[in-house]
Amino acid sequence: MSMKDYADRISQTILDQEAAIGAEWLAQLEALSVRSNAAAREQLRSHCHQFLKSFGSATRSGELENIDHRSWDEVRDLLADISSTRAKAGSTPSETATFVFSLKQPLFARLREAFAGDAEGLASASWVVTMLLDKLGLYTIEVFQKTKDQIIVRQQQELLELSTPVVKLWNGILALPLIGTLDSARTQVVMENILQKIVDTGAMIAIIDITGVPTVDTLVAQHLMKTIAAARLMGADCIISGIRPQIAQTIVHLGVNLEDVITKATLADAFLVALERTGAAITIKQA
Amino acid sequence: MERIPILRMGDLLLVTIQVDMHDRLAMQLQDDLTERIVKDSAKGVLIDISALDLVDSFIGRMISNTAAMARVLDARTVVVGMQPAVAITLVELGLTLHGVKTALNVEKGMTLLGKSYK
Amino acid sequence: MTGAQTEAVLFDTPLLDYRAQQRTGRVTLPLRSDDDVVGLRKQVRERAVAIALSLVDQTKLVTAASELGRNTIKYGGGGEVYLDALDDGMRRGIGLLFVDAGQGIPDIDNALRDGFTTGGGLGLGLGGSKRLVDEFDIDSRPKEGTAVLIVKWKR
Repeated sequence: MSMKDYADRISQTILDQEAAIGAEWLAQLEALSVRSNAAAREQLRSHCHQFLKSFGSATRSGELENIDHRSWDEVRDLLADISSTRAKAGSTPSETATFVFSLKQPLFARLREAFAGDAEGLASASWVVTMLLDKLGLYTIEVFQKTKDQIIVRQQQELLELSTPVVKLWNGILALPLIGTLDSARTQVVMENILQKIVDTGAMIAIIDITGVPTVDTLVAQHLMKTIAAARLMGADCIISGIRPQIAQTIVHLGVNLEDVITKATLADAFLVALERTGAAITIKQA
Repeated sequence: MERIPILRMGDLLLVTIQVDMHDRLAMQLQDDLTERIVKDSAKGVLIDISALDLVDSFIGRMISNTAAMARVLDARTVVVGMQPAVAITLVELGLTLHGVKTALNVEKGMTLLGKSYK
Repeated sequence: MTGAQTEAVLFDTPLLDYRAQQRTGRVTLPLRSDDDVVGLRKQVRERAVAIALSLVDQTKLVTAASELGRNTIKYGGGGEVYLDALDDGMRRGIGLLFVDAGQGIPDIDNALRDGFTTGGGLGLGLGGSKRLVDEFDIDSRPKEGTAVLIVKWKR
């Protein structure tokens, strides 16, 4: 039997027995499913029906090995759709792959009938089908992973945007506490935000407090220096505060040149310097 | 040829750069400013670049040179309104605008000038 | 020679074929006068906005283009620039190739060194421009010409 013959036989079997295959498959899936309400069941039924239809016509095309071939485009698109919908709804990748794998049993049952008396034919057909469904199952896992990755990236971006609080300490004096670990990409975004806030508030001095930053490496130190240089070019100045002993050591160890920059151990000290530079002073009233 | 207008306010000259300048225009501005400082006995020059979304080395040098020439003529220069993206790019480029005072906006720039030539 | 050209190639550099599989929409712009540089800045800005580069990245790319465009006119005796849209399957980018048939750069290493005001780097600003972009390449042969390639990707 040629590949084309197998393809015809398999797709014909699916076509003839679609209802029965579909029903058995659905029953298996529902048995496995923990979540079950009317809407979910209806969606499942719809997915099964659509998949069987496309799977049937894709096999009829004759391409039974390469699922990247364009005759399988519709099936892949459908699986991608199902997979990302489930990913967003909180399914595990296994659950989604199982959707594909559990088609094997009902399909094999019908193939046994279709190839009755032809043991070799049945063995080959079963092998072809199992390979196909394995590849398609794996494909759903890939898509699932990609969707999850995209969600993570988006969440990271949102975190980034939330992490530069700005506090106006006094006229023309801003405090910008940096919180959390700073990797190169995040640092750049944070630094751009700081500069924009300086412009928006018309601050003369920005105190960048790094108390909440556990470690500072060369790249972060360089970005800090660049931010201060940029602020100066714009007409404002920066003070770095909240330098913990370990960070002081790291900075010296890295050979970062801080001659030009005012650095203070605490935000309070930095605030006093900022006040002085903006021409203000604090007087303690005598009781 | 078009020129960038220079406004006079007392002994202060005010320039607002709003176009994407080609090199000739930048050179023309430099010449015009130097002439006007002498002609109007100006003591201060305020260059507003808040509308510039780009400052490259040529424009940077023009600004530095203008400030240097102004100082020789006993006038002070302040550049105001540099956009953050421009500042970051200049730092990366390694251009320092040496000898040029800067301020965040026109108001602060005028205060800065007021201090230095009172 | 690379492909069909309606006029002689200014400077036959292998850089003309960079990332052949990943470029689309090559546009060639002349660089002969001041106004050409202004026009180039505008086009680069438009393309940068089109692939959604951040404002800082846009500014860096346009500034680098301005620097190199000016070099082409001032030191290369005029030339042209190729603007390419790039797509490597994962991200989009912009490529700019500046070509002139000038005297070439005698000492490239020295030229890449820094210093605008101190006169280092031959005043070409190549070191600085290099820092503004993601990829930088240069091919220069004495008395034949110079080609400088810069690429910026959407992060």
